Amino acid sequence: MADQSPLICRDIHKTFADLEVLKGISLETRKGDVVSLIGSSGSGKSTFLRCINLLETPTSGDIIVHGDPVRFTKNRKGQRIPADNKQVELIRAKLSMVFQGFNLWSHMTVLENITEAPIHVLKVPRKEAIERAEAYLNKVGIYERKDYYPAQMSGGQQQRAAIARALAMEPEVMLFDEPTSALDPELVGEVLKVMQSLAEEGRTMIVVTHEMAFARDVSSQVLFLHQGVIEEQGTPDKVFNQPDSERMKQFLAPKF
Amino acid sequence: MLDLKGYGPALLDGAVVTIELAFLSLALALTLGLLGAAAKLSGSRLAVGIATFYTTLVRGVPDLVMMLLFYYGGQVGVNMLSDYVWEAYGIDFFFQFDPFISGIITIGLIFGAYMTETFRGAFLAVETGQIEAARAYGFSRWHTFRRIMVPQMLRHALPGIGNNWQVLLKTTALVSIIGLTDMVRVAEEAAKAERMPFHFFIPVAFVYLALTAGSELFIKWLDKRANVGVAQGNQ
Repeated sequence: MADQSPLICRDIHKTFADLEVLKGISLETRKGDVVSLIGSSGSGKSTFLRCINLLETPTSGDIIVHGDPVRFTKNRKGQRIPADNKQVELIRAKLSMVFQGFNLWSHMTVLENITEAPIHVLKVPRKEAIERAEAYLNKVGIYERKDYYPAQMSGGQQQRAAIARALAMEPEVMLFDEPTSALDPELVGEVLKVMQSLAEEGRTMIVVTHEMAFARDVSSQVLFLHQGVIEEQGTPDKVFNQPDSERMKQFLAPKF
Repeated sequence: MLDLKGYGPALLDGAVVTIELAFLSLALALTLGLLGAAAKLSGSRLAVGIATFYTTLVRGVPDLVMMLLFYYGGQVGVNMLSDYVWEAYGIDFFFQFDPFISGIITIGLIFGAYMTETFRGAFLAVETGQIEAARAYGFSRWHTFRRIMVPQMLRHALPGIGNNWQVLLKTTALVSIIGLTDMVRVAEEAAKAERMPFHFFIPVAFVYLALTAGSELFIKWLDKRANVGVAQGNQ
């Protein structure tokens, strides 16, 4: 089905020990959606993102990736775990993630970082994987750094390499976990520019961010999370200009 | 020119025994070390218990005592096993538990315990983000281990491995006690017969020194390779 939703999350709960971090978050995306998750630290937005690709297992709730619901079971201690590791690996390959700390593999060159998963997980032939990687490196503007190691590049370049690594999976949805939060202020722009161009191409993206300008200008949907619940949800115009929730109004109020 | 009074070929054979013993023990020690570290990090209570028992026991007993226990006890063990198999299944098997084998097993076991700690520390030093990125891109557990954890762990483990290797190489001299004709044993016999201890032991000392110095260069080279992409970034 061509217009099937790339990702649906229904009533996601997550509890760590006694602390309920997510109290029922739902999200339905259409192809080409750019969803911004905003909210203060500790609101649960990163945990929600990590539940989507099962880096954390939701305590309850459904995740459906392109019509394929994740199957869960219980372990001996009664905790919920994914039932089928192969399914989890397949789903993760469709939802590539860009991390706050880049997490490029430090013992591999940029090119090796980008071809590793396509070759070994997606089983793309090596030659094609290299061509693909080079094309995406060109796109993010660091083709000439392809033989560098991550530690030899600036944070902005590393994050652009990490975006190329995510693109090379040709994923259904790209997940961004505060992609600019670890960058020096003067390097934030180059990464946001790349992300904006991806949004304009119609890629489906879910972005946890503190960049309000990005959320307002680039996204199609904004979710404002507070203490594990969605306080405000809608188009950027609605969320930023006519919020219903008091908390959202406070969040937007100028702070000195 | 150094005159070895006809003991030259025997000393050379002894040196070969020393080197063979060292490399085979190293192979066993690295294998046990990886298994031990994997067990200690597995989170399974049974595996952690076994590995902890192993490292505590082996690191706490003197090398020489262990070697004697294995040499004398090993043959008794083989005999008992052989008797049992004969009685239970009617299969006749037997092998001589010679000093070479007991040497490899003892040294391998001892250094396997030290390697366990070296590898365990090295695995723990791998940044969690590196492993998380592998999981997030759909790597299987085995693929994550082989392509991400091991190469990154080695960088942290190499200095410790090099250190253990040098001590291991010198520990092989202990096997002369249980009657294996390694380089030290030959030198000892020659020194006694010729009443010239320095004449034989100094060359032996130099052979050990050459081996350890050579391996130090090799480890340095390995270290440089393992640190590619890290060292340059920190200049």
